Amino acid sequence: MSKAHARQMTGAKMVVQALKDQGVEVVFGYPGGAVLPIYDEIFQQNDIRHVLVRHEQGAVHMAEGYARSTGKPGVALVTSGPGATNAVTGLTDALMDSIPIVVLSGQVPTFMIGTDGFQEADTVGITRPCTKHNWLVKDTAKLSETIHQAFHVATRGRPGPVLVDIPKDVQFATADYTPMEAARTGHYQPRTKGDPEQIERLVEMIETAERPVFYTGGGVINSGPAASRLLRELVEATGFPITSTLMGLGAYPASGKSWLGMLGMHGLYEANLAMHGCDVMINVGARFDDRITGRVKDFSPHSRKAHIDIDPSSINKVIRVEVPIVGDVSSVLEDVLERWVARGRKVNREALAKWWGKIGEWRAVNCLDYKPSTKTIKPQYALQRLEALTKGMDRYITTEVGQHQMWAAQFLGFEDPNRWMTSGGLGTMGYGLPASIGVQVAHPEALVINVAGEASWLMNMQEMGTAMQFRAPVKQFILNNERLGMVRQWQELLHGERYSHSWSESLPDFVKLAEAFGCKGIKCSDPKDLDDAILEMIRYDGPVIFDCLVEKHENCFPMIPSGKPHNEMLLGEADTQGVIGAKGAVLV
Amino acid sequence: MSPLNIKKGSTSHSAYDLRDPYAEAIETHTLAVVVDNESGVLARVIGLFSGRGYNIDSLTVAEVDHQGHRSRITVVTTGTPQVIDQIKAQLARMVPVHEVHDLTVDGPSVQRELALFKVAGRGEQRIEALRLAEIFRANVVDSTLESFVFEMTGTPEKIDAFAELMRPLGLREMARTGVAALARGA
Repeated sequence: MSKAHARQMTGAKMVVQALKDQGVEVVFGYPGGAVLPIYDEIFQQNDIRHVLVRHEQGAVHMAEGYARSTGKPGVALVTSGPGATNAVTGLTDALMDSIPIVVLSGQVPTFMIGTDGFQEADTVGITRPCTKHNWLVKDTAKLSETIHQAFHVATRGRPGPVLVDIPKDVQFATADYTPMEAARTGHYQPRTKGDPEQIERLVEMIETAERPVFYTGGGVINSGPAASRLLRELVEATGFPITSTLMGLGAYPASGKSWLGMLGMHGLYEANLAMHGCDVMINVGARFDDRITGRVKDFSPHSRKAHIDIDPSSINKVIRVEVPIVGDVSSVLEDVLERWVARGRKVNREALAKWWGKIGEWRAVNCLDYKPSTKTIKPQYALQRLEALTKGMDRYITTEVGQHQMWAAQFLGFEDPNRWMTSGGLGTMGYGLPASIGVQVAHPEALVINVAGEASWLMNMQEMGTAMQFRAPVKQFILNNERLGMVRQWQELLHGERYSHSWSESLPDFVKLAEAFGCKGIKCSDPKDLDDAILEMIRYDGPVIFDCLVEKHENCFPMIPSGKPHNEMLLGEADTQGVIGAKGAVLV
Repeated sequence: MSPLNIKKGSTSHSAYDLRDPYAEAIETHTLAVVVDNESGVLARVIGLFSGRGYNIDSLTVAEVDHQGHRSRITVVTTGTPQVIDQIKAQLARMVPVHEVHDLTVDGPSVQRELALFKVAGRGEQRIEALRLAEIFRANVVDSTLESFVFEMTGTPEKIDAFAELMRPLGLREMARTGVAALARGA
């Protein structure tokens, strides 16, 4: 290290300095004994804002919401023991959805490690399988470099969560600070540029495809705005239809003419049948998740497949592909476009027109159709109205997990990336409220709505305190069916209508709850009042808890039952009799 | 199965990759994984195997580059070709992993294991054990009037074979190191 950079400071000060050098603006955290020196340093500066959460799980989900809506890594700070174990769900969530976050945890002093000290937990041991990488720093001289490495690892290649565990004596001790540029980020440099030979093969596939489909995922969003721009360019230029996973919504605009809607278990009929019937499938940054493939053996049986992914372990993990391309989506798409244009922008227009004709027939099925009601608010109707009344606004949507999440994905349209934050891989109930706060902190002027179910929402409702304290005017749009709707739906279809513990008893009065937190509560149960109530929510300058009482027994369709292929979708109640065999019931 | 109860083809080598990568046949592969010798790195690698349900038939690990703090983990694993490829990809993307070599497909390799055998017996049995040890080039590293400890290096098959022969001759205990392996040639 050069003399000019040699600066002595305490470990605690290093933490704050390293965060500043990494461009961190906000930290979501909760103090405790083992991080007091770091909190002391936070107290003595104004560059980094600290958002005090009410539970460490909330801190990590907020960091996730921040990261997903900005493209920058989110940061959480928690204490040792319970602080760290409470962060585990958020870390796992971020790992499954490839979200770059850095969690800093306090630890008992190094000389106490292994003695079962107060608030001691083997944090690196516990979080090893739920982080991309983690570190226990036992020497202050290595602390700043390790934090810089942590940011490097979290954001390079396939993004993910990392954790740095910092014993209290390491925070107190003094050493030289290693600046960002001097930190060795060594050998961890994942490949971003795709293999030209494979790219050429993909271009040939594009040129000759008769029934192509783009199947895109969260990798497009993670790759940055350029990836979405290039994807749109390629889709427009080729005229190929495009569908996306839950994670990838917004990469291609919902208003785009080639948009088929989301695919998968609760995806659109036309999207799933296009996947099933295509002859060329181009997977861009998605991972053939089981919610997408259904029965693997019958997944898109007649197609040749290309798979663009920055993580080599995603390729051929579930579905074998003919053209594997390891690389960053934006880099690969740029090369694909360049080659395709250079070779004369060829596509099989005639076959493509026929293919669109077929897709038109599937679209005409109108798979999102539902039975409207003038007496009760249908959840689909509530989302259609929310969509209509917030269209064109600077809007960000988060969700909890369950039926409401699927309806939100079906009925809300996303025009841009980074506008849609939902727990896809892990399916974490309790994600949406804290995530919405994280988004709002990053975008103070925007309209941030958490589309929630009442059961999920209760899991982290303490974070309304955070929203109030930090003036995050998040709107909690709760579709309240007094049920664990998705569980109830599965029990109806799979378990002989035995609704074991799937209803919400003893719910709070959400309006009074809102008042107790000092924010606004709105209750709506009549479809006639819904528009005014939604407008009241949007216009209110502060957090709102919107209790939208909806139809209690509505099921979410379309649905591909577990263990079934794409072409065996259920479109409505009439299709549901005895559909899931014993084999399917084993699956989740 | 041979009379000695040795699994056939457990280390079949070929210079050419003629496998159908999607065949359902279970294969045994020897992987050499070069890692940073940092705290927890072995737990990380083992955790990958247990967490994703992969097999470990044997595992050896030691620091092989003291200056660069690199360790070499030799792991023998089984699975379908698709699972083996997945294991390699999962290993390769771990942050402290520098190299992953599949010694079973990369070309011919030398695989050796060290084993210690405690054989107790008297009279004719004892003489027979010693004679067989000579045939197998095992060394006597400890001896009492009633027992020997033999030391032997060799392929896992050779060690299996010797163990089978020693069993009726009074094999009491056995310790094996697991496979250490290097590719042949420069």
